[in-house]
Amino acid sequence: MSKVDEANTSKQTKKRNRLIYRTSILVLLFGALLFAVISNLFADDKTLDIGDKAPDFQLPHLNGDQSDVLRLSDLKGKGVMLNFWATYCEPCEREMPYMESLYPEYKDKGVEIIAVSVDATELVINQFVDQFDLTFPVLHDKNSQVMDAYGIRPLPTTFFIDENGIVVERVIGELTLEKLEGYLQKIEPS
Amino acid sequence: MNVIKCEACGYENSSGTAICNNCGKPLDKDNNTNLLNMRYDGRAIRSKTRNTSIVDKIWNFFSSIKVGVSLIAIALIASAIGTIFPQSPYIPSTVEPAVHYRDQYGIFGQIYYQLGFHELYSSWWYMILIALIGISIFIVSLDRGIPLYKALKNQNPKRHINFLKRQKLFGYYSQYSPKDYDTLKANLKKHRYKIYEKDGHILAEKGRFSRWGPYVNHTGLIIFLIGTLLHFVPYMYVDEFIWVREGETEIIPGTGQKYYVENQDFIFETYGDDEEDAKFSEMLERQGTVVAKHYETKAIIYKDTSEGVIGSEPTLEEVTRGSAIVNEPIKFDGFALYQSKYQLNEFQSMSFKLHETDDPEEQSLLEFTVDFADPERVYTFDNGFKIEINKYYPDYVLDDDGTPRSQTNYPRNPAFVFFVYPPGEEEPEVSFIGIRQNLDPSQSNQYRIGLTGIDVRDVSGLNLKKDLTLPVLGLGAFIFMIGVIQGMYWQHRRIWIHPENGTLYIASHTNKNWFGMNKEVEKIMQNTNFEMLEDQENKVTKDK
Repeated sequence: MSKVDEANTSKQTKKRNRLIYRTSILVLLFGALLFAVISNLFADDKTLDIGDKAPDFQLPHLNGDQSDVLRLSDLKGKGVMLNFWATYCEPCEREMPYMESLYPEYKDKGVEIIAVSVDATELVINQFVDQFDLTFPVLHDKNSQVMDAYGIRPLPTTFFIDENGIVVERVIGELTLEKLEGYLQKIEPS
Repeated sequence: MNVIKCEACGYENSSGTAICNNCGKPLDKDNNTNLLNMRYDGRAIRSKTRNTSIVDKIWNFFSSIKVGVSLIAIALIASAIGTIFPQSPYIPSTVEPAVHYRDQYGIFGQIYYQLGFHELYSSWWYMILIALIGISIFIVSLDRGIPLYKALKNQNPKRHINFLKRQKLFGYYSQYSPKDYDTLKANLKKHRYKIYEKDGHILAEKGRFSRWGPYVNHTGLIIFLIGTLLHFVPYMYVDEFIWVREGETEIIPGTGQKYYVENQDFIFETYGDDEEDAKFSEMLERQGTVVAKHYETKAIIYKDTSEGVIGSEPTLEEVTRGSAIVNEPIKFDGFALYQSKYQLNEFQSMSFKLHETDDPEEQSLLEFTVDFADPERVYTFDNGFKIEINKYYPDYVLDDDGTPRSQTNYPRNPAFVFFVYPPGEEEPEVSFIGIRQNLDPSQSNQYRIGLTGIDVRDVSGLNLKKDLTLPVLGLGAFIFMIGVIQGMYWQHRRIWIHPENGTLYIASHTNKNWFGMNKEVEKIMQNTNFEMLEDQENKVTKDK
């Protein structure tokens, strides 16, 4: 190998090394930038997200007939619509009749509707259930344990969980009848 | 080929080199008379060498000082704009930001809001700007720091004559005695110069580490920026808020359902409560309002040790107890619980009695208490009466349609619809009772419910904080300061001594503080016959 060739080869290696070195540093730096921006955009969003596994929980069942505790994992194999609400929340109140009207149909199709109230007292929830004749299970999260685990911020927040316990859809805010029906169809067990 | 071959020694320097890396001959042919530019010791800035692939182009963009300074300037201007009107967290939370900025600050406020300046510091573009500055600092430092390091590490004591001639401080002496040469060398050593020798040529150097100051400083800055990024990593940074009523135990959010806090007592003191406050009496009178003196929450922290599923009854074990007093938080397991807000005298329970409507004595037929934490629905009595709470509104309002409802979870303005079943009656009498309201919708109630007592309690607002990024930020700031000190308080001074054809050439360079350099050269030349070096910068300007 001549000296020129040698010089050329060493130059090629140098060039390649520099490219690798620069590329990796740039990737690292822009990775950090991307991480910062994306995390910042979702900084306030600690709510359980689509694709996450819904954490199991059990809560007192206020309008049940036999068991007074309902556990999420007992509903394995069913689609579950999990609605977080409170009696003092007006949008929650508006969507309750929609849920009630679709409940019998979708219960037969293997979809359970569960409403978790974050109210302070059982009394207000019971009065609400009576007033709206709610037949789907209404649970009481008195200690806000489930609310904290699911990262609930505004009310209502609704999760649509498929038969495998995975969150398929998440709605922060009020539901319309059409949207509700669409989401319920999505979690029908196949 | 992108190399510059040195005419004097034949060394191949990469393009962009200003001073031959081997012999030190200035490579700029045009201005032979001006002072030599000693930046980065004449080394080529690495990015300037090649500009081919897209990676190189991006790299070179960030390697430019101009780009870096522009980014900093843009960030400065943007940050300044952000201070013109208050940021959105500091406006009243009760009004819509859009309305607030328009009403308070007019058309400029509206523009300000619409351009998103009201939450400037958390906006994506501001974050990107700061991150780009970080990237720029990193790449600029690499591209200049590494060549500078290499240049200073491999200094040739024997420099080309033109290198010396074009230094700021320069002198030459055709007649000199070996004794003077030795004294000079001894003096240099006495002034703690490091001596490098080659064939009678001398490089005397001190304070080289001061040149690393800016790079140490940048390293600190980058660690600091990384620290701010760590805010977003789960469990590194927690900032949560919780209301706890006296006597209640609540789950602490942000702790993974592990910790609970019990508010034993909230203490609120104002000036004037104490005898020793007498000295403030005049001022307090002038003030005319209550001045808060002390806020404190006595609390117990519990840990849930049960392994049960979320929502099951927790098994609470005491972790610690203490007082949260504004700047003295309760600390547990890396968390700190701060006193943050309070609400005095929230309703805890209300006591009622029942009497006949037309009884002027209002003699009590029965008494009962409604506990707002867990109100009963039905109250039965031995004398056959039954009272049912048909409706309970913890925070009663009439909404737009005139329908009664509760607007929050908390008993701030409780109201009830009571059904009173007298003994043997199936049909109840209906009463509506609220704060300063006692209505009989039928106007024909035989019995009347009267309020006999109210229990209140305080509510404490606690702020949970955890910040594991602080040590990183502290480390970054510390390294930053070391870099500043290193670069500011020391100077990199060099003296070259070059014997050639019986003449001794001496030149000197410092990266700053030429006054000090001059003084030091004078001292070094003491006890020799050498005249003081000439400041060529002054000469050059004089000639012009």
